[in-house]
Amino acid sequence: MQLFTVICVQSIASYLATCAFGIIFNIPFKPLLHGGLIGMIGWLIYFFLFQNTGSDLLATFAASLVIAMMSQVAARLWKNPVTLYSVSGIIPLVPGGLSYSVMSRAVDNNYDIAIYFAEKVFVLSGAIAMGLVLAEVIYQLVQKIKEMVPQKTDNRIFLSKK
Amino acid sequence: MDGFLKGHQMMNSREVFLHEVATVCVLAGKILLQNGAETFRVEDTMNRIANSFAVHEAQSFVTPTGIIFSIENHDVTQLVRIRDRATNLRKVTEVNTLSRQVAQGAINLRTLHRELSRINRSTVAYSVPLQVFAAAVASSCFLLMFLGQWHDVLPAFIAGGAGQAGMIYFHKLSKAKFFSEFMSSVIIGGIALVSIKTGFGLQIDKIIVGAVMPLVPGVPIANAVKDIMAGDLVAGLSKSAEAGLTAFAIGIGVTAALFFN
Repeated sequence: MQLFTVICVQSIASYLATCAFGIIFNIPFKPLLHGGLIGMIGWLIYFFLFQNTGSDLLATFAASLVIAMMSQVAARLWKNPVTLYSVSGIIPLVPGGLSYSVMSRAVDNNYDIAIYFAEKVFVLSGAIAMGLVLAEVIYQLVQKIKEMVPQKTDNRIFLSKK
Repeated sequence: MDGFLKGHQMMNSREVFLHEVATVCVLAGKILLQNGAETFRVEDTMNRIANSFAVHEAQSFVTPTGIIFSIENHDVTQLVRIRDRATNLRKVTEVNTLSRQVAQGAINLRTLHRELSRINRSTVAYSVPLQVFAAAVASSCFLLMFLGQWHDVLPAFIAGGAGQAGMIYFHKLSKAKFFSEFMSSVIIGGIALVSIKTGFGLQIDKIIVGAVMPLVPGVPIANAVKDIMAGDLVAGLSKSAEAGLTAFAIGIGVTAALFFN
C-alpha cells in the first residue's frame, strides 16, 4: 500500500514538474502533454533503479536513454524537433541541485566536499549525454536497416521532382 | 531571385539568388540559436535549407555567440553576432516545420523569408503569471520527487514562484549576465530562511534545492556535454563555462541570503 502511494505521488509530481518546465521553456501545448508523459516514465525508471541498486550513475543513464528513445519516436510521430520532448524530460535527471550544492559548499569553505560533488555533476551529465547520443545512434541504425529492406514508395523521386 | 533584397542590381541573377538563400539560411539559424536549439541542429537546418534551394556548397559554423555562413566558390559569406539567448522552443518548432515544408518544395524563397521574419518578431508566449505559477508548481513537485516532506510543499511553492518572478523582473531591469540569477536566488534563500524561522518549513536544504531547480542550468550542462560529444568543441566548452558561472551565481546568492541565519 505504501509502495502504491509512493508510485502515485512520484508519477503525478514528475508529470506536473515536466509540464511546468515545458511552460517555462514555451513548448506548444500538445507536445507539452506528450513530453510530460515521457518525463514521467523517465523519472519512474530513475527513481526505482536508484532505490533498488543505489547507483545514481546507472539510474541516470538508463532513464536518459529511455527518455531519448521515446523522444526520437515521438518527434518522428508528431513531426516536431526532438529537443521539444527530451528537454523537460531530462530536467529532473540533470544534477541541477547537485551543481548548486557544489557552489554552496565551496562558498562555505568545504572545498573537499565541493570537488566531490563537482566530479559527480560531471560524471552524471556525461551519463545523460551518453544516453542521448546512444539513443540517436540506435535510431539511425534502425533507419539504415529499414532502408536496406526494399520499399515500394521511394520519396527521393518525389523530392527530385521540384 | 524573388527580389526582396534591394541594392544588388549590379549582380547577375544567380548571385542575387545566392545572397537571398544565404540571408534566409542565416535568419533561420539566428532564430534557432537565440531560442535554445542545439549547435548541431542549427548547422544542419541551415545546410538543409540551402540544399533544398539547390545550393549544395553551403558551409556553416555555429558557436553560442555567432554564426558564420558561406557558400563555397561564390563570394557569399554572412556573419551574425548573437548576444541574447533564451529558451523559447515554440519558435524552434515553427522554424523546424518551415524547413520541413521547404524540403518538400511546398514553399518558395519569398514565402520562407516572410514567415521567418514573422517568427523572429513574434512574441507569442505563455503569460508571465502562468510562467510564475508553473515555476512554483515545479518547485513543489521537485521537493516531493527528492523525497521532501509534505510540510515543506507550501514554502517551496512560494519560494519557487517568487524566484521565477524575480528572474523575469531583474532580467528586464538589467541585461547584465548572471545578475538576475543572483538576485532571484537571494530571494529564494530569504524566503526559505523566513519559512524555517517562522516554523512553516522543516528542511531548509530540500526547500532551497526544490526552489532553485527552475533557475539551475540543468539543460545547458547536458547540452554542453552533448555538443562536445557531437564534435562542436568550441560551443560545448563555452556553454559549460556559462553554465558553471550561472551555478556559481545561484550558489553565492543563496549563501548570501543564508548569511543572516
